Amino acid sequence: MKQFVSLIKKEFHHILRDRRTMFILLGMPIAQIILFGFALTNEVKNARIAVYDQSKDIATAALITEINSSRYFDIENNLNSYKEIEETFKKGSIKLAIVFPQNFHDDLQHFNKAQVQLVTDASDPNTANALSNYATAIIKDYENRITNDRKLPYTIKTETRMLYNPQLKGSYSMVPGVMAMVLMLVCTMMTAITIVKEKELGTMEILLVSPLKPIKIIVAKAVPYLLLSIVNISTILLLSVFVLEVPINGSLLLLIFESVLFTLVCLAFGLLISASTGSQQIAMFISLTGMFLPTIMLSGFMFPIENMPLPLQIISNIVPAKWYYSIVNAVMIKGAGIEIVWKQTLVLAGITLLLLALSIRKFKIRLA
Amino acid sequence: MSNENVISVDGLTKRFGHFVAVDHISFDVKRGEIFGFLGANGAGKTTAMRMLCGLSLPTEGKATVAGFDVYTQNEQIKKNIGYMSQKFSLYENLTVKENIRFYAGIYGKSDQFIRQKTEKVLEQLHLTNEADKLVGSLPLGWKQKLAFSVAIFHEPGIVFLDEPTGGVDPVTRREFWNMIYEAAANGITIFVTTHYMDEAEYCGRVSIMVDGRIEALDTPSMLKQQFDAASMDQVFLKLARKAERSDN
Repeated sequence: MKQFVSLIKKEFHHILRDRRTMFILLGMPIAQIILFGFALTNEVKNARIAVYDQSKDIATAALITEINSSRYFDIENNLNSYKEIEETFKKGSIKLAIVFPQNFHDDLQHFNKAQVQLVTDASDPNTANALSNYATAIIKDYENRITNDRKLPYTIKTETRMLYNPQLKGSYSMVPGVMAMVLMLVCTMMTAITIVKEKELGTMEILLVSPLKPIKIIVAKAVPYLLLSIVNISTILLLSVFVLEVPINGSLLLLIFESVLFTLVCLAFGLLISASTGSQQIAMFISLTGMFLPTIMLSGFMFPIENMPLPLQIISNIVPAKWYYSIVNAVMIKGAGIEIVWKQTLVLAGITLLLLALSIRKFKIRLA
Repeated sequence: MSNENVISVDGLTKRFGHFVAVDHISFDVKRGEIFGFLGANGAGKTTAMRMLCGLSLPTEGKATVAGFDVYTQNEQIKKNIGYMSQKFSLYENLTVKENIRFYAGIYGKSDQFIRQKTEKVLEQLHLTNEADKLVGSLPLGWKQKLAFSVAIFHEPGIVFLDEPTGGVDPVTRREFWNMIYEAAANGITIFVTTHYMDEAEYCGRVSIMVDGRIEALDTPSMLKQQFDAASMDQVFLKLARKAERSDN
């Protein structure tokens, strides 16, 4: 035990003395949560839009006022032709154009039906989608209000020139993704690097010649990063609750338990990497391509898995972050309990055991 | 020097697939002896040394280190040996004191033992004023001497030195060897590999490995006589030229 404490103390010295790495490790979650939470948010405020009103009647005027007064939109200019819409989009000065056809009010009065067209700048699909959703909501709202005192309901049909993108779930689905990413970076990459570093320096040999059991050396390497990860998880959760105003709807205990489980997956993976290579650069490269990229691409955090081609959907099942992401999403955002996420938890636990067994085996082979 | 064998090796062999890295080597090392273990790169020195340190299992043959069997008792072997590798092996971002504490700690030494001995060692190395400096800030020669002190800090019966003086200036090398003599006089057996032939002259006995086999083993003066050579350098060259393999 005393030996073990010596080892852990030493690891902490390494981490604490390397100020820059410390700064990155503790600062990264803050930077990421703020980046993903604010800068990359899908929620759009005060987007500049244009209106092409071919009807110019009381109904369109009322709707335009409605839209302009919402906090989402600022009407930038009024256009007079379809050609102008395209030109304005090309200049990039607007994100959305609303087109009212001729006789809007008349159609509404006589046929109880009218059409609005929403044209969005699809080069930024997320924003485009969010904007068209907001605009549609405002129009529906207006429609409900004017229908109130009539027998036959008015319907204003909105037609959006863009396909629905199911991935768009609002800014706070980013939080589970950032948690997965940060844990991966801290645990996988840092453990892999710190073990490989000792190999490069030759100190690993000294440790292996000592009476310490190899497994103790490895566990001692992992403990400080496990603690760091818990600090990071807390930072992320605090930031998301108090800064991004994302509530934790499920059990906090369950959330932490799942996060520790995922941390173990990452540590095991880092260990596996460190056992397979002797150079820090390669360790870093494998961590990035083997863990970080799949986490971003295939966990469902950036791109919806259900939209992927079948082979990728199948591959995504072996990405631990996919399971962790869906667990955190369910627990934190939807308030699910263990009775809902037990399957994912089991898969994650399975992957952990597999990776741990593999890496310990690999470590032993290297010693023989 | 007593007549007790602390390392005894008989027909020790290590194969990796068809490649025979170490080919039936046999020798004994006595307590307090300075045993030079020479050979060109790729001759199998490191593999042999790893087997003796309990880091690698032999394919066949017998070996005991400090009275313990390399097949079954490598835990006990590890407790009784010290090791210093050709790669520098202290932590640069720990202080001198912390390095000593750490290495003594992983050998399970008591706090009191560590505290008392640390003072003594620092005094001997004239490092008392640098005790709280990071090892990274020390000159290489001092680091090597410190690394040696750390390797024998837990008072092992045998210390394995794998090219301990690589890249060190001649004066420091001389000082380093004085430390080795002192340790040997205190009953610590020294098992050392080196590429410096002047250092081979300092050893009590020298073995020279070529292609996995021990081709010569005797005192430096006897070897020179046997090979009709003026220096260990010539002895080594005569033997090493026969080598069919090298790692280059």
